[in-house]
Amino acid sequence: MTMLSLSSSPHQHNRRDTGQVMRLVCFATIPGILANVWFFGFGILIQISLAIITALVTEGVIMELRKKKTERVLKDYSAVLAALLLALSIPPLAPWWVIVIGTFFAIAIVKQLYGGLGYNMFNPAMAAYVMLLISFPVQMTSWLPPQSIAEQSYSFWDALHTVFTGFTSTGFNVEQLKVGIDGTTMATPLDQVKTSLLQGYTVTEAKTHLIFDGQYGKGWLWVAFGYLIGGLYLVKSKVISWHIPGSMLVSALFLSFVFFLIDGDQYASPLFHLFNGSIIVGAFFIATDPVSASTTVKGRLIFGAAIGLWIIIIRNWGGYPDAVAFAVLIMNMAVPLIDYYTQPRTYGHKKKASKKS
Amino acid sequence: MNEYRNLTIQGVWKNNPALVQLLGLCPLLAVTATVINGLGLGIATTLVLLGSNITVSLVRNFVPNEIRIPIFVMVIAAFVTIVQLVMNAFTFELYQALGIFIPLIVTNCAIIGRAEAYASKNPVPLAAFDGLMMGIGFTLILVILGAMRELLGYGTLLAGADLLLGEWAKDLTIVVFTTDSPFLLAILPPGAFLGMGLLIAFKNLVDKYLEKRAESSQKAKTVQRARVTGTDI
Repeated sequence: MTMLSLSSSPHQHNRRDTGQVMRLVCFATIPGILANVWFFGFGILIQISLAIITALVTEGVIMELRKKKTERVLKDYSAVLAALLLALSIPPLAPWWVIVIGTFFAIAIVKQLYGGLGYNMFNPAMAAYVMLLISFPVQMTSWLPPQSIAEQSYSFWDALHTVFTGFTSTGFNVEQLKVGIDGTTMATPLDQVKTSLLQGYTVTEAKTHLIFDGQYGKGWLWVAFGYLIGGLYLVKSKVISWHIPGSMLVSALFLSFVFFLIDGDQYASPLFHLFNGSIIVGAFFIATDPVSASTTVKGRLIFGAAIGLWIIIIRNWGGYPDAVAFAVLIMNMAVPLIDYYTQPRTYGHKKKASKKS
Repeated sequence: MNEYRNLTIQGVWKNNPALVQLLGLCPLLAVTATVINGLGLGIATTLVLLGSNITVSLVRNFVPNEIRIPIFVMVIAAFVTIVQLVMNAFTFELYQALGIFIPLIVTNCAIIGRAEAYASKNPVPLAAFDGLMMGIGFTLILVILGAMRELLGYGTLLAGADLLLGEWAKDLTIVVFTTDSPFLLAILPPGAFLGMGLLIAFKNLVDKYLEKRAESSQKAKTVQRARVTGTDI
């Protein structure tokens, strides 16, 4: 069965149908996932499988309830993509029910209650991520140190065991897995800097911690690179336009550069912000969601830039170490307004006349 | 009697202050983290509604039209003060748990709304019954929302029943499941909004279903009538 080829408004012709676009975005995350597996172990693969299964079951059941064409909707891969993005954002060894609840929330509440694909106001993966983060703060912040500096290494079997029972097959829990070779519990690079700043250290002092490798977190840099490669491929193959990721990265870099110049001890450098945390994956994979992002060219530039702005603001002064999810959700709310004021001139209308109508 | 039946349906379902009029959402969303908190505030609100509706109905013929609103507000404030003092005396812990939301009953638009829209135009018995039914409708939603949030958030039902009902009620608490990591979203304010939205959606769903059923039964009736044309004109 052929599907109508859909593109987000303004309705340009697009050779790919929704399923193909979503599949390409899924494939583009592979380099990042591989880097993640290499540095942080197999946990992420288990989370992805759990998320995709939950998403398909939830979407299928709701489609049956709404008496829609279940098979066709499942084949558009939008649920799979949302599940995948959510699984990428949660700690690899979080208990299984975290990702199951999160994916259910993303598909059932955030997406289907608003009318399904194309009608959701908020990015399903990010709304679910925020829901999980405020509901289960302990599980959602249990990030593991990279395997090279972890005291305990763990196998695929251990990962599976931990996700389902909370303990590895040899009886270690996630708290113990978080311990590094120096005997202290490890945090993410952003978290480490935030805590050190609160304790009165400078950014430079914070970066002497074991988890850093010069400027960047060990392992995190390569994960970010992986997503960058995937993202650039998406831009090149015209699955996403460059406007949102471009303006988002530029605004985040510019803003963090300004603060870095003002006080380099209190505010981390632009490159630190860029390659730690989830700005890259956020810019290319999350903010570019065709449904909940702005649709006009000018609007996309504003949308991306505002996300970058919010990320730096929240990272510097907010309570949470990273901010991509919050920033994206805040700007999702502003999208109708942005789109309203950035309507392009329609052919045959003068600029002022189109504004009045 | 028909009027009383109508008032019951209006208060509890068709014109429910929480689900349809969407009045008094501030206390509704803020205190419904547990069943008992919801029930406590619901009963307090019902008592105030009952008292204010009776009083407003009693004085409705003496109150000058121009200053009726301030007078109604003062009547309501008096009853809220009474309820607040009574709760302070007899259910002190619940009084503390509900905190500012007991005095804030004054600002609950459902109460002034009933005083203005119904009690000031109708005789005492009807006004009192209207207040009671509106109060029950409001309490019902508070309790249901409280139950949803308590169940999801803490895994219990009726926890802290002794705050409202006295020592013996401690055994009423039902532990459905125990968990080390409660579902905080349900207890936090966003959970209240989500739960409220789901409740309203459910009510609309039921209404739609009832409407459809009524429609189809009406259709059946008209078909029957067509066969006996002329007999009842």
